[in-house]
Amino acid sequence: MGDITLKINNVEVSAPEGSTILEAARLAQIEIPTLCFLKDINEIGACRMCVVEVKGARSLVTACVYPITEGMEVFTNTPKVVSSRKKTLELLLSNHEKKCLSCIRSENCELQKLCKDYGIEDENKYDGEKPQYELDESAAHMVRDNNKCILCRRCVAACEKTQGIGVIGANERGFKTFIGSVFDFDLADTSCVSCGQCIAVCPTGALYEKDFTDEVFAAIADPEKYVVVQTAPAVRAAIAEEFGNPIGTNGEGKMIAALRRLGFDKVFDTNFSADLTIMEEANELIERVQNNGVLPMITSCSPGWVKYCEHYYPDLIDHLSSCKSPQQMFGAITKSYFAEKVGVDKEKIVMVSVMPCTAKKFEIGRDDQDANGLPDVDIALTTRELARMIKKAGIRFNDLPEDEEYDHPLGDHSGAGVIFGATGGVMEAALRTAVETLTGEELKALDFKEVRGTAGIKEATYPVAGMDVKVAVASGLSNAKILLDKIRKGEADYQFIEIMACPGGCVNGGGQPQVPGYVRNTVDVRAKRASVLYDLDQKATIRKSHEVPEIKKLYEEFLGKPGSEKAHHLLHTSYVKREVNRLD
Amino acid sequence: MKNSGGIPFKGTEEQKQQLLKVISDLKDTPGSLMPIMQAAQDIYGYLPYEVQKIISDEMGIPVEKVYGVATFYAQFNLNPKGENTVSVCLGTACYVKGSGLVLDEIEKQLGIADGECTNDGKFSLDTCRCVGACGLAPVMLVNEDVYGKVTPDQVKGILDKYK
Repeated sequence: MGDITLKINNVEVSAPEGSTILEAARLAQIEIPTLCFLKDINEIGACRMCVVEVKGARSLVTACVYPITEGMEVFTNTPKVVSSRKKTLELLLSNHEKKCLSCIRSENCELQKLCKDYGIEDENKYDGEKPQYELDESAAHMVRDNNKCILCRRCVAACEKTQGIGVIGANERGFKTFIGSVFDFDLADTSCVSCGQCIAVCPTGALYEKDFTDEVFAAIADPEKYVVVQTAPAVRAAIAEEFGNPIGTNGEGKMIAALRRLGFDKVFDTNFSADLTIMEEANELIERVQNNGVLPMITSCSPGWVKYCEHYYPDLIDHLSSCKSPQQMFGAITKSYFAEKVGVDKEKIVMVSVMPCTAKKFEIGRDDQDANGLPDVDIALTTRELARMIKKAGIRFNDLPEDEEYDHPLGDHSGAGVIFGATGGVMEAALRTAVETLTGEELKALDFKEVRGTAGIKEATYPVAGMDVKVAVASGLSNAKILLDKIRKGEADYQFIEIMACPGGCVNGGGQPQVPGYVRNTVDVRAKRASVLYDLDQKATIRKSHEVPEIKKLYEEFLGKPGSEKAHHLLHTSYVKREVNRLD
Repeated sequence: MKNSGGIPFKGTEEQKQQLLKVISDLKDTPGSLMPIMQAAQDIYGYLPYEVQKIISDEMGIPVEKVYGVATFYAQFNLNPKGENTVSVCLGTACYVKGSGLVLDEIEKQLGIADGECTNDGKFSLDTCRCVGACGLAPVMLVNEDVYGKVTPDQVKGILDKYK
C-alpha cells in the first residue's frame, strides 16, 4: 500500500494508506486524546474524546476510526474541537462517582488526567441523576464498581477478544446501560477465569483487585507471626514503573531492599520454585512420553489458564501437568522443608506472595493446595499492591540500593527460573532440563529462540536423543483456544505445550502496573518487560534449573528425587471439571 | 438472578429441535443473531437463560452477548407470559390521569415489576402505549378485558377476579 498525503494542523504529513487520523497524527508528533480506543480490540469510536475537524465534513469525526484520504485537511485543536472534548468530559462526570481522593486509581486515572489536561473547572456542571450500583465483590480476586464505570467497553473487549471468554458485556440500554454478566450473575458464578485483563485495561477505578495489604501489614506487626514473602519472576520487570521509571526497568534489587524494609522475616524468590517446577514438570513429561501417558502435556503454572481449561475444556484436564504452580510449590516447601530447617512452627508462618497476577488470589483458595494441612500460600498480592505498601510505608524506592539479594535457602535460582515470566519461558526452561536429561550430555546452546517473542502462538520441533520433540506455546486465551481445538480434533501432535492466560505471559499479567491506553496503543509493553527477564537470564551464572545448588540440596535432604512420593504429596495437585456459568 | 428467577424452564424437546433447525439455517448469515432470537421467542414465548444458552452454544458466541442484545431491545422478553397478562397504559392521556400510580399498585399487589411474571405463573405484567381508549384514561387490561378510569384502590378487586 502506498502513502497518502494529508495536512494536519496545516502541516503536511504522509501516512500509509489505511491509517486512521489518529495514527497519521502520531506520525506528525500530535497526540489526539483517546479513552475508549484500544488498538485491534476496541475500535468503536464511542467515547468521542478523539473528535477532530475535517475540512468539508458535516460534523466532527472520531479520529480513532476515521480513515485518512488524499488531500484531507484535519484540525485537531480548534476551539470547536476543544469545547466538544470538554463537554464530553463534563457529561462523563455527570453520573460518575467522583470520590477521587479515596479512589484506588487516583493519579493514574485516565479520566482524571483528561479532566486536568482540558481544564475542567466544575466537575458537577451537569449534576443530574446518578444510578446507584452495588459493588460486585463476589469473586476472590476483584471488585467491580459500576459507579465509576464510563462504559468505554475496554474490559468487555479484553474479556471477549483478547481472552475469548466474554463473561461481561453491556446490558440494558441508554441511561440504564451497565457492564455486567448474563442474567446479572455475580462474577463468581460466571466462568470468569480471574485473569484480570479487564482490570489492566480499565481507565478508571471501576475495576480493581481485592486489596490485602492491610492483612500483610498486620501480620508483619504481629510478633507471633513469621512472615515470609516470595516474589514472582515478572514482578521485578514491572514494579519500578509504579515509581515513575520507564517500562522495561529492572527493579529486582530495590524491590528486595524494599521488602526487607517493610519488615518481612525472609525475602525469597519464586524463581526458586520455578526451577523446582521444571524439575517436576520435566520429569512428568519424560514419564508421560516413556509410558504412553496423556500427551500433549500442558503447563499448569498459570491459574487463569487452568481455570479456563476447567470451564471450557473440561474434557482436556488430563492434559494439564499435575504440577502445582511455582507460587504454590513455594508455599508447600516453606511450610515443610524450610520450617523444619529453621525450627519455626509452620502454623506461625504467614506465606505472602507478590504476583503479577490476580488469578493467584483465586488459586490460593483452591482445593488440594494445602499440602501441610495449612494453605500453601496465605496471602497473594499483586505487583500494584506491593507498590502501594512501599508508598504507604514511606520507603523511597528509587533511592534504595540496587544490589540487595534474596535470602537463603529458598533464594537461589537459575536463568531458566527467571524467564518463567515471559511467554515461552517455561517451555525454554523445561527444554534446557529435559534435553540434558534425555541425552545425558551437556547442552551447549541454551537459547531456544523459536519459543521466544510475543507472537500469540509459537511452534517448534527439536531433535532430541533420536526423536523429534514437537512443542507449542500460546499466550492469551483466544490463542490457547486455537491449540485446544486442535487437540480436541486429534490434530495436534505436540508432546508439550505451554499456555499462559495473559498475552505475552506474566509480564503482562492482570496484577501488573496499569499502562494507560494511549501508551498501550503505541508501545509493546510485553516485549519491553520481557527483555528485563531475558537480560537476567543471559547474565546468570547458572542457567539450567537442575544445576541450582539449593534445588539439588532440597532433593538430597528432603524430597528424594523428582516425582517421589513426597514430591507428589507436596508439589502436585488435581483439577476439577467446571461448567460455563453456574445456574442456581 | 434478576430475571425469570423463580419460574422453572419448561421447554420441550420438540421446541429445542425447532430452535436448532432455525439456528442451523441462519447461523452462517451475517447479522443473524437477532432473527434467531426472534424465532426463539416465537417458539418459547420468551428468552430464558436456557434458551439463550442454546443460541450461544450453537453460534459459538458468549451467552452474555445474547443477553446484551436481549436486554437492549424492548421486543425481547426475559420472562414468560402468565396465564393472565396484565397491561397498564402509560400513554400520555393515561399517564397524566395517574396510570403510574395504578402501575405502582399492581406491582405491589403482584409482587413483580414491569416485564416480570409471578412465581406461580398466574400473572405477568407489562406496560403499553395507548390502546386507543383515551376517553377512559387511565386504562388497564387483563387479557382482553379493558378496565377504564381505574384508581389504585380498585386494583386488588380487579386482579382478584382472575385468581
